[in-house]
Amino acid sequence: MAYSLIGKDFTPPDIRGKVTGKAKYAEDFSAAGMVYCKMLLSPMPHAQVSNIDVSDAMSMDGVVGVLTADDVPAMDGAAQAILTNTPRYVGAPILAVAAIDETTAADALEKIRYDIEPLDFVLDPLQSLYPGGTNAQAAGNVASMGIPLQEIKWTARDFASADPDQFPMTGKAVSEWSYGDLEKSFSEAAVVYDESFVTASNSHHSMEPRSAMSYWENGKCFLFGSSQSQSFMIPGLAAYIGIEPRDLVYIAEYCGGGFGSKGAAYPIMALPAHMSKKIGRPVMMRISRAEEYYLGSNRAGFQGRVKLGVASSGKVTAVDLYIVQSSGPHNGYPDFNSAAGAVSICYQPNAMQYRGIPILTNTPPGGAQRGPGQNQIAMVMEPLLDKAARELGIDRLEIRRINAPNNDTIFGGRQRAVTSAYQTEALNKGALAFNWERTKKRSGERNGSKVIGVGVGQAYHSAGAAGFDGLVRIAPDGRLHIHSGIGNLGTYSYAATSRVVAEVLQCKWENCVIERGDTRKHLPWNFGQFGSNTSFTMSRSNHAAAMDARQKLLEIAAAEFGGSVDEYDIGEETVFSKADATKRLSYAQAAQRAIDMGGKYAGHEIPDDLNPMTSASAKAIAGSGLIGVAKDNYALDATPPALAAGFMVIELDTETGRFEILDYNGVIDCGTVIHPLGLASQVKGGAVMGIGLATTERIVYDPQNGLAANVGFNQAKPPSYLDVPSTLGTDAVNIADPQNPMGIRGMGEPVMGCAASALICAISDALGGHYFNRTPIVPDMIINAIAERKQSHKPLQVYTF
Amino acid sequence: MNPNLSRRHFIKAVIASSVAAASHAGIQSASAVERHRGAVERLISLNINGRTRRVDVLPQETLAHTLRYKLGMTGTKIGCNRGECGACTVLINDIAHYACSTLTHSVRARAVLTIEGLQSTDGTLHPVQQAFIDELGPQCGFCTPGQAMSAVALLKENPKPSREEARQALSGNICRCGAYDHYLNGVMRASGQS
Repeated sequence: MAYSLIGKDFTPPDIRGKVTGKAKYAEDFSAAGMVYCKMLLSPMPHAQVSNIDVSDAMSMDGVVGVLTADDVPAMDGAAQAILTNTPRYVGAPILAVAAIDETTAADALEKIRYDIEPLDFVLDPLQSLYPGGTNAQAAGNVASMGIPLQEIKWTARDFASADPDQFPMTGKAVSEWSYGDLEKSFSEAAVVYDESFVTASNSHHSMEPRSAMSYWENGKCFLFGSSQSQSFMIPGLAAYIGIEPRDLVYIAEYCGGGFGSKGAAYPIMALPAHMSKKIGRPVMMRISRAEEYYLGSNRAGFQGRVKLGVASSGKVTAVDLYIVQSSGPHNGYPDFNSAAGAVSICYQPNAMQYRGIPILTNTPPGGAQRGPGQNQIAMVMEPLLDKAARELGIDRLEIRRINAPNNDTIFGGRQRAVTSAYQTEALNKGALAFNWERTKKRSGERNGSKVIGVGVGQAYHSAGAAGFDGLVRIAPDGRLHIHSGIGNLGTYSYAATSRVVAEVLQCKWENCVIERGDTRKHLPWNFGQFGSNTSFTMSRSNHAAAMDARQKLLEIAAAEFGGSVDEYDIGEETVFSKADATKRLSYAQAAQRAIDMGGKYAGHEIPDDLNPMTSASAKAIAGSGLIGVAKDNYALDATPPALAAGFMVIELDTETGRFEILDYNGVIDCGTVIHPLGLASQVKGGAVMGIGLATTERIVYDPQNGLAANVGFNQAKPPSYLDVPSTLGTDAVNIADPQNPMGIRGMGEPVMGCAASALICAISDALGGHYFNRTPIVPDMIINAIAERKQSHKPLQVYTF
Repeated sequence: MNPNLSRRHFIKAVIASSVAAASHAGIQSASAVERHRGAVERLISLNINGRTRRVDVLPQETLAHTLRYKLGMTGTKIGCNRGECGACTVLINDIAHYACSTLTHSVRARAVLTIEGLQSTDGTLHPVQQAFIDELGPQCGFCTPGQAMSAVALLKENPKPSREEARQALSGNICRCGAYDHYLNGVMRASGQS
């Protein structure tokens, strides 16, 4: 279908502020009388704090308040509190001091006297599962979203059931599913691989530390924060502050990166609100890079084992997967379950068994990071598929085509269908651009100490949701206001999905205003900006609101000129009679008529099925124009997938273990392309993050004291300009999805996993198919593999350099 | 210097003599004097974006701190505050510097250019800014001011850089979103090469 806006590039309205420095992030705000708070962070991975004496600190000039765990809400189960007297990781906030400047606040922290008793701590999840192993929390060692805090230990028999270098498969799981006849399917395989693996946890390290500023005014709490999402933040954040959502004014116009770590309300953001309430002054909480490391969460690490059966035809017959996840000391994020779903959809095994268990560890809190679970497991599975291809004599691209998901795909424990899937097309497009047939022949090509490796990788993430609301307003000046509560992660999808409204109402883009970033803009209830969902979810809800506005325009014209709505149409920002073009109202005139007519046209009457947040917003702007407001009730009976394929060629130096990426091409199956330049930017940026995930990024802990070894960028090693090619290739399948009114699906996460796994496969290829069982693959591991030396880590060891 | 001289008297004397840039010895002596925190340490003049700005600056204060928290110029971002990420990059006498790792007192006699100073007074964007928009350089945008300043510094020295030269010149600026390709496209466009 030909669109005038969808599929076209445009200038997002927030980008000018980014290049001029005028964009205001949380720390850029200030308020009269503002003071600064600093936190006392736990120096121990697990401890009990008592006898806090703040008298000396409070007597210092310039110190205005102290906030302790007693001043903030307690949390249930394994959830993280804002402040705690039982810190469960190094860097956990114990208390905070507010002072007229940060230096004074820091000095005051030195004056606080407290007792801190070290408690047993655990870093390695398997050690917590040992009989008698340490729990990261006194009440248990297992918890996750939807999984209550509990204690689970495996038996000595469980651990003895496997070789010490292998992951034991008999221990109790908390999450499991299976389908098909596993035994029969393995018996039909020509090759079966059984590999234990470790994928390292890595820090999000968003560029903008999660600073926040807050003050109270006339009973309302004003909070300036850093978040990916907008409306979705409100209920959780209000709960952390202890107020009703209607009493929270939340401003988050820009977010300096989140990658999953700022998708939903997080505890520390509420700290300045509590401090401000206590001392009666605005409070700025600046977060340092080191603090961001501790508070900014990290991707879950996996220890696991996978058994993969592949028939001589290349068809994957069976998968048996077990994952133990390091979750940090609180609920974390269920990467383990997502990983299993990704295996099921990407390889379509005839039978699959999955078991998983999330283990609490005394490391910084785990959180969703771009492709949580799916991207780790892509780096485990893709090189294993290559192993099968090599042994069976099948082209590595072809074995992926053989198993690729399509429109008939069902997957996961619940055997869900997909709305549509075109992974074969993604593979074909990528292969063409990459010139797979010619490039793969370079595999193993040598130039002195250097050898060429070629890899293809894939990844998946679900890509959308339904049931959220849209809200638009045509003002009497004729301008179209699109109220967007999705947030501003930096992908520009808030703007791209707003263009759906302009498309439906045939408005010029320059006549549109996006209302966003501030609850005072009267925003609808929208989903969080995470999980590759925005493009699908927001385009549906915006479409629903636009269609409501369109219908009202037609009804207003019919009321004005007579006849039925069928006799009218819209175009060029007017509503007109199809039979008599002189019967025409401009949008400005129609908006004024809507105000005059009142009722549903002006937003005084609204649908019953709206979320209360949307209802309140619609009522707030009622009477100011033509109001289009609706819940997304479009059908959704399957999972919208985002599927990606990445192709990479590297030159690996066998003497140093280092490599250079010579070429990369990433292709995404995300339905209709909504914003080509934005899509290219995501595919490339995802690839850069994927390169880091595969080869440089991991968190490391000193096993004796639980101290972090790579708190800063320099040790954590996110890729720089010099670690990635200066030009990356991108493309998209661009076939419309049937369960989105404009065919759109999301795409942000698998574009990282496909690059990460393509790189793992390329390294493996350069080494003749060596399977590493571990990510990231660092130069030492490559050198050891080439020299056929034992690796310096034990096979299931975690937090290794 | 007389150690019994009060801080207030010392500052008044400096200001009265119109000596904005005292010797290093003077700064050290002043910092050695017992002082009340948060009060004025000393007034200096800075040349920022072609304008003279008078500002109170502590001896240990970084330029990033002065710009953001004393002068309200929040376009310069602090991503790490330890010389790792480049988000705070500014130009000092046309050379790119990390403002988080530059003492403000060290730039008194030099010209500081920040992201706020790139735009013309009539609102026209600098070619690097416009090219960053056209190429969709920023994602989250937090590193963008630093990327832009490094690009401007490069083009002042090398108006027609190769893509590889641009890659090297901007390599001190981390972008967690991974928008390197698009920033480089912006540099090439700004230099009239695309």
